[in-house]
Amino acid sequence: MSGMRRAPLPEDALDATDRAIINALQGEFPLTSRPFAEAGRTLGLSESELISRLKHLREQGAITRFGPFFDAEAMGGAFCLCAMAVPEDQFDTVLTKVNAHPEVAHNYERTHRLNMWFVLATEKKHQINRVAGDIETETGLKVHLFPKLEEFFIGFRVNL
Amino acid sequence: MTLDASDRRLIAATQVGLPLTPAPYQEVATWLGLDEAEVIARLAAMQDKGVIRRIALAPNHYALGMSANGMSVWNVDDNRASELGTIVGALDFVSHCYLRPRALPDWPYNMFAMIHGSNRDEVEAKRRDIANVLGDACNGNDILYSTRILKKTGFRLPASEG
Repeated sequence: MSGMRRAPLPEDALDATDRAIINALQGEFPLTSRPFAEAGRTLGLSESELISRLKHLREQGAITRFGPFFDAEAMGGAFCLCAMAVPEDQFDTVLTKVNAHPEVAHNYERTHRLNMWFVLATEKKHQINRVAGDIETETGLKVHLFPKLEEFFIGFRVNL
Repeated sequence: MTLDASDRRLIAATQVGLPLTPAPYQEVATWLGLDEAEVIARLAAMQDKGVIRRIALAPNHYALGMSANGMSVWNVDDNRASELGTIVGALDFVSHCYLRPRALPDWPYNMFAMIHGSNRDEVEAKRRDIANVLGDACNGNDILYSTRILKKTGFRLPASEG
């Protein structure tokens, strides 16, 4: 995938129709033969205009993708948020060792004594503990595991 | 839900997005050698079971001016954490909300809520909103800002059920 745009778009990059599309299509989309025609009707747009607007929004980088969002755990596989307190003078060495594991999906440096936060993604649950244990052995540092105990329905949306 | 081989091919084909064409499910069906009705039925079943959370666009928060985010963490009374997590997760500026185990003594926090805003002041104001929601059920909080992305590969679909 190409790099995601990280700079804000110019103020006038989106018109009222673009904003209405972004606001409207964050929640649901029809599972019918001509879904853009159906979604367009609620927005007062023709099928072809909605499609060309979405293409343009994607090209501009206003949206990163359009389609189904899969629950990674429901697809099979195990995930666990992990954190380590890495001394500054060892940071790069530890980072190389941690990132060398293909099971490390995301890894972020954060402002805290626990300064390295990553997600382990494995096919089976028991593999999480094994990879975390390997990282502890390789780095000599504790890996704190923060598995998800409960997840809440998310109301998050961008409102433009 | 048990996913069969066709479901997994369908996931692999649509993970990066739906084709922006008038009949996108027909087009995916053609790629996979299925018919459109089957693609729609399989997607509907996955949506019912929560394998698909939604079919939607993904706004690029950075491009749209929402460039600040922070991982807020909260030490919430265990007896009220579930009830309060439901309220915090439903806030329109929170993109993820989870209960996780504490790691005492280093880490007293059991609720994680990712906050988004246009700048750090706005994120801090929203953090205060959450503090108000939690009230006296909360015994301490913190917020962690990301200073660097160290790796971002995304999740790959496991090759098989194994």
